[in-house]
Amino acid sequence: MSSTLITPPRFERPNPIAFAIALAVGAFVVSSFLNSGLGLDQLARGVPALGRILGQMLPPSLEGIDRILWSLFGTFQMAVAGVVLGLVLSLPLAVLAANRLSPHPFVRSSVRTLIAFFRTVPDLVWALIFVIAVGLGPPAGVLTIMIDTIGFAGRFFAEAMEETDDGSREALSAIGATRTGLIFSSVFPAAMPSFIATSLFCLEKATRSSVVLGLVGAGGIGVELKVAFDLFDYQIASTIILVIFALVVIVEQAGAYLRNRLI
Amino acid sequence: MTVELLETMTEAERSAASGAFAPTGPSPEPGNPAVHAAELRGLAKKFGERQVWDGLDLDIRAGEALAIIGANGTGKSTLLRALVRLTEVDAGSISLLGQPVRDLDRRGLRQLRSRVGFVFQRHNLVGRLSALTNVVHGVQSRASGPRTWLQSLARAEVRGEALGCLEAVGLADRALQQAQSLSGGQSQRVAVARMLMQRPELIIADEPDASLDPVAGAEVMRLLFRIGRERGATLVFVSHHMEHAVRFSDRIVGLRDGRVDLDTASTRVDVETLRAFFGPESAASTGEKA
Repeated sequence: MSSTLITPPRFERPNPIAFAIALAVGAFVVSSFLNSGLGLDQLARGVPALGRILGQMLPPSLEGIDRILWSLFGTFQMAVAGVVLGLVLSLPLAVLAANRLSPHPFVRSSVRTLIAFFRTVPDLVWALIFVIAVGLGPPAGVLTIMIDTIGFAGRFFAEAMEETDDGSREALSAIGATRTGLIFSSVFPAAMPSFIATSLFCLEKATRSSVVLGLVGAGGIGVELKVAFDLFDYQIASTIILVIFALVVIVEQAGAYLRNRLI
Repeated sequence: MTVELLETMTEAERSAASGAFAPTGPSPEPGNPAVHAAELRGLAKKFGERQVWDGLDLDIRAGEALAIIGANGTGKSTLLRALVRLTEVDAGSISLLGQPVRDLDRRGLRQLRSRVGFVFQRHNLVGRLSALTNVVHGVQSRASGPRTWLQSLARAEVRGEALGCLEAVGLADRALQQAQSLSGGQSQRVAVARMLMQRPELIIADEPDASLDPVAGAEVMRLLFRIGRERGATLVFVSHHMEHAVRFSDRIVGLRDGRVDLDTASTRVDVETLRAFFGPESAASTGEKA
């Protein structure tokens, strides 16, 4: 009986187009490594240097810890302000970008494009633009985080609203409720768990990115970190990195706790 | 239990309400909302290649309880939705409460809809909100703004009225319970309370008993019938339960082959005959055209 069985091939024979595409992707990956210039000699030099710098970072220095903590607090406030502004602006934009809620397809696609543009331009680029526009300091950071939040929350808010059940919306529509009534009575309450989750992720994301914004002059503890590295003050730099790490962990844990409680 | 409930209904409420329905009488004035809650003329609707109705005519008398029955796919729900233009028809005219439904602009349609209570097969509540807030939403038929969005923001008189509506459906004690935590029957009763909050002149119910167990389904139908009687509102409902169609209506209209195939007082038909010709398992639902 087993003699009638045909042994299946281990691999399917690739078609020529798929094979050519796979070959091109492979070649691109190899050329990416070659052009980035990362070689074994760099690694051989870099790893000991990294060890040396890490050695110089220890133990972390508590010199000026009060100033660092205040700066960290200011950074977090910058993130909070930027996120709140971004979330407030995201909501109306998301309504305009959502299927079945947007007043016109042209409005929907325009707003979607704007949100996608906000999202795809990196936050450091926005920071550079706002530093030029409003000057050095936290205001540039707040505006950067606001734009970054709109790019992220605008999309996810719109998707959350699109995924809400049509039933309650239709029920209110059937009794003659206004569009605003439908949105506030049916869509927003139904999408609220997703809104909360997205908002908390935005805050976590903003807390992380607010740290690096200082490197381009957009305020926050990043300025302190840059100065510490510029002055080869690695022990203070390690203190700053550790307090940043602590802040990010606290925000993430608080976010996870709130998500579990509220959703 | 269901039978007992239905019998109670028949004896107490149907007899009390018997004077409200006049099956025959002087020829009704066309377009007069005091006589006709709705007049449908020459309605046609196609879904893809399938012609659901072609030239459907129907009058719904003011104050009557009308049951619409028919096999699956005969366009019963579509007909109810077309009454308030939740679904557009391809041809024909619809006059509802004296308004030409198909000619209304957005504002006019909203004003008309505010006079019509619609109870869906699924309760269509906002699950995360309380029963009371869902009922308060019913006031959006005549008011707007943030004070109609949540019970906690609503005016005292609106809250009071909403609580009264919950009381009327026997759920005042569940006012602050999240809608998603209620049973199917309770949720449907909250939907009825929301509809009551509208103070509707016409109640449309699209298989309100479909997703409920027999007892809860009969309770909801009994409630709708009683409310229609007490408030003098016209009731139009679709049901696959022939017992409900007979016992909770004054008149039964049966759809078959794209037209009104039966139009009779509900006292003149028996359940088994209706089930054979218009039930979900009847010939029309299996594709066999009579």
